[in-house]
Amino acid sequence: MKVIKIDKKDWADSLGKLSGPYRLFGPVRDKDFHNFKELGNDEQPDFNFQNTRVSAKSMVLPQSETLFTYSLDEKEPDHHQMREPEKNYSPRAVLGIRPCDAKAFLLVKRNFDTPEYKDPYWVRAYEASTFVGLACDDPCSTCFCTSAGCGPFHEEGLDLLLVDAGDHFLAKVLTQKGKNLVQAAGWGVETNADVELMKRTAESRIASAISTEQLKGKAATDLYHAPFWEEAAFACINCGTCTYSCPTCWCFDIQDENHGNAGVRMRNWDSCMYPLFTLHGSGHNPRETKIHRVRQRFMHKLKYYLDKYDAGIQCVGCGRCIRLCPVNIDIRNICELMNSHDPGACTCQVA
Amino acid sequence: MVGYIDKIKEISERLLKEGTVEMVIGFQKGTLPMMNTPCFAKTPEDVGNFVWDSHCGINLANYLTDRKEKIGVIAKGCDSRSIVTHITENKIKREQIFVIGAPCKGMMDRHKIASLFETEIRSVAENDGKLIVTAGDGEKTLEKADLLQKNCAVCAHRNPVIHDELAADPVEDQKDVDRYADVREIETMPPAEKWDYFDDLFSACIRCYACRNACPLCYCPTCFVDESQPQWVGKSTDPIDTKTFHFLRAYHCAGRCTDCGSCERACPMGINMRMLTKKLEKDCIDAFGWEPGLDLNQRPPLDTYKMDDPEDFIK
Repeated sequence: MKVIKIDKKDWADSLGKLSGPYRLFGPVRDKDFHNFKELGNDEQPDFNFQNTRVSAKSMVLPQSETLFTYSLDEKEPDHHQMREPEKNYSPRAVLGIRPCDAKAFLLVKRNFDTPEYKDPYWVRAYEASTFVGLACDDPCSTCFCTSAGCGPFHEEGLDLLLVDAGDHFLAKVLTQKGKNLVQAAGWGVETNADVELMKRTAESRIASAISTEQLKGKAATDLYHAPFWEEAAFACINCGTCTYSCPTCWCFDIQDENHGNAGVRMRNWDSCMYPLFTLHGSGHNPRETKIHRVRQRFMHKLKYYLDKYDAGIQCVGCGRCIRLCPVNIDIRNICELMNSHDPGACTCQVA
Repeated sequence: MVGYIDKIKEISERLLKEGTVEMVIGFQKGTLPMMNTPCFAKTPEDVGNFVWDSHCGINLANYLTDRKEKIGVIAKGCDSRSIVTHITENKIKREQIFVIGAPCKGMMDRHKIASLFETEIRSVAENDGKLIVTAGDGEKTLEKADLLQKNCAVCAHRNPVIHDELAADPVEDQKDVDRYADVREIETMPPAEKWDYFDDLFSACIRCYACRNACPLCYCPTCFVDESQPQWVGKSTDPIDTKTFHFLRAYHCAGRCTDCGSCERACPMGINMRMLTKKLEKDCIDAFGWEPGLDLNQRPPLDTYKMDDPEDFIK
């Protein structure tokens, strides 16, 4: 595969060239942390970060997104009809996305883009995006990507992988989209440099791991009825921090909002941690307690997804939920409880 | 404070052995430095997991709401005041709980400590008023007193106001603390500047509700932001809706908030929403001479009246 050398002194110029054919997005520092934002004219992405505070999923699935607009004004010919708003799906480049966040899009894609159903908003935004990854050589202690089907130099989901090599980047072109971007940026200096050693060094720095090999063979009902959930869920305050910061949590809620006679139908991120998430119109709530809700989150990520798609767990090991949880609920511990659960050894009463 | 743990364990074990309580709520060591996790012990053996140090900032009163068992709970000054508020508001009964008082010299501001290092913090130990912090870029010995959570730095009630047994002798309260210097600074701003201040303060909010859910006062069965008939506030990331949530939540806490700091500590985006609750706390002192959670026999100012209440505002 082609590896290209990009001198850092030429970086700003290249971005200038890219800003014509692409809308540019990248990590920007705001107060104490980095998050992905659309870059303004001549604004540079700031690559001096370990990972962004919340994931890059909003590049394709914004926290709030207008699906339709409508008018309730009967004088208007199309009143009470849903209108699809005009949206900008022109090519966009997401610069400096970490491999974990890029891989996460592929996991999420299984939900939004199937032969049977396609979420047009997600699919169009995804297809418009070129993902320019930034390999990780300084992982957090909470990163466990290498045991979650991903890695600091992982290529799946990326169109181009940048590796920081001091005064220059090495860029590995991975797809046609990546090739197009390289061309538009005017990058052409091919090199024989091999990133394999850097990759292995980075992988050896990932100090944390989970074991998932037993999960598939376990009966979902055994895990569901396992006795550890009460204790595991006790500290949880049922906020949305884990789900909102997670690159693979995709749930949303649809809301209509009226202002006078004008309205929008929008979708907003939702969270299985919230009691409202499953509240029925009847008033019945099938996930009434926080134990139900915590169990659901981990069962979905580590068991239901695995069973449904047979393509690993619904987690890329970015560790954000561990770092940000206000009460330090740690998916690595829960995964271990699930992976090592032996229903035969359990003699206690299950509620 | 690390020294309390033996006494805390001894009391907890005794309570569980003698059947005085069915569970004791405390902290166990977390998986990250400076993070302890609320946990329960139901058997004397479980008590072995308990820890107590300067990273027990979560308010445990939040874990008592509407529980039916007899419970032992470890309480700092602020937790105990929230427990008093819980009892006054009928969220738990006094006779249901055994308060293990933990006089407190303040909890550590983990974000501030993290900001002193270029790389991630690997371990933190504490000893005699000092923190020994090891990060990728070296080890530093720091004064705990300089690194308190903002609410702890201005705390005026470090000792539990109610307790059934103390885990240590009471500590001296801080003298001459100016609790409201930051609030006064905002009070003096012209309206436009104030507006900008709050716009900026809440600009990073992702509406995850960690502040609300970490708060022992926020126990409404359905929060106003979750109501849909009628819908009081929009659910998107519209900045007006986000600020409406924060402003209204603060008002719901007026006369009840003990400034335990759980909201700010819980926020994944580092927002100091205490600037709202502190202003209302100050107003309650100015208008009613009221500090919440100090007395089981007093009704909070907003659910009572006095015949001699000044009513100059009625024209």
